[in-house]
Amino acid sequence: MDTSVAYILHLADNALILGQRLSEWCGHGPILEQDMAMTNISLDLVGQSRSLFQLASDLEGMGKSEDDLAFLRVGIDYKNCLLVEQPNGDFALTIVRQFFYDAYNYHNYQALLKSNNEQLRAIAEKSLKEITYHLKWSSEWVIRLGDGTEESSLRVKNAILSLWKYTGELFTPVDYEIEAARSGLGVDLEKIEILWAEEVNKIFDLAGLKVPERGWMQKGGKKGAHTEHLGFILADMQYLQRTYPGQKW
Amino acid sequence: MENNWPLWEIFIRSKNGLSHKHVGSLHASDAEMAMQNARDVYTRRSEGISIWVVASENITASNPDDGEALFDPANDKVYRHPTFYDLPEELKHI
Repeated sequence: MDTSVAYILHLADNALILGQRLSEWCGHGPILEQDMAMTNISLDLVGQSRSLFQLASDLEGMGKSEDDLAFLRVGIDYKNCLLVEQPNGDFALTIVRQFFYDAYNYHNYQALLKSNNEQLRAIAEKSLKEITYHLKWSSEWVIRLGDGTEESSLRVKNAILSLWKYTGELFTPVDYEIEAARSGLGVDLEKIEILWAEEVNKIFDLAGLKVPERGWMQKGGKKGAHTEHLGFILADMQYLQRTYPGQKW
Repeated sequence: MENNWPLWEIFIRSKNGLSHKHVGSLHASDAEMAMQNARDVYTRRSEGISIWVVASENITASNPDDGEALFDPANDKVYRHPTFYDLPEELKHI
């Protein structure tokens, strides 16, 4: 596969899988207002993935539709980071996962504004308005949970402990990212990592939370080696298109 | 889960030149969160360009039991309505 197609699919899969994960909260949010906040963010992310799938399809030139790319690939072809496929857990886990991702996503898309691909620049510009809000939303929640009650603080600390090992992958480039950074299509993840760490330090400080030592990190998702959770997500998400091929609504 | 967060009243201005209008209420831990919740609950279909949130406890409402004393006396004072003037044809939007 062409490395630029792989790179765009990686961006699209991150958005799609996290969007799918957040959609599981629909009807289960702790309060109505947060139920809507999470499903709004979910819809933003799915919308971003649609634009990116379209771009990937254009670059590939095989005439595939967004639906083909979203619903008819198998797990090993998905290039999303392990972080976004982790289960929702409790509200604190969902918030911490979202915050780690939003902080990365925000700076990543800021850098994509300088991509040499015009369509990707346009997608980044449109998405950033949404992502800026996502980051504000998840940051405010990290602060309130961290600096909230004894229980909320404990839950958010546990969430950080269980998700921290998935944050390293965000900044460990694989072949198609190295190539994309070199060609000017993509971004230099080393720079993003510095900005991400500043963001996390700032918010954790306000929340009275400690940033863990870097430690040992999981990776593999970007190259298709996923945790066991992705299979279940795909089974859920792809069921309809696979049972009724070409079905529309 | 018991929701013991305070209640907030939400006002939305739909476009420049119009006033903020009460659209409903919601629960939130503080003003900043109330603002975010209002954005998610009340502006997701492009309903507005400005939001006010006001803690419900800061609103003093008239008591329905006082309705007679407050409002009925105005009913028989028709001269307070500007209905006795003949308006020129050219005058619009009155």
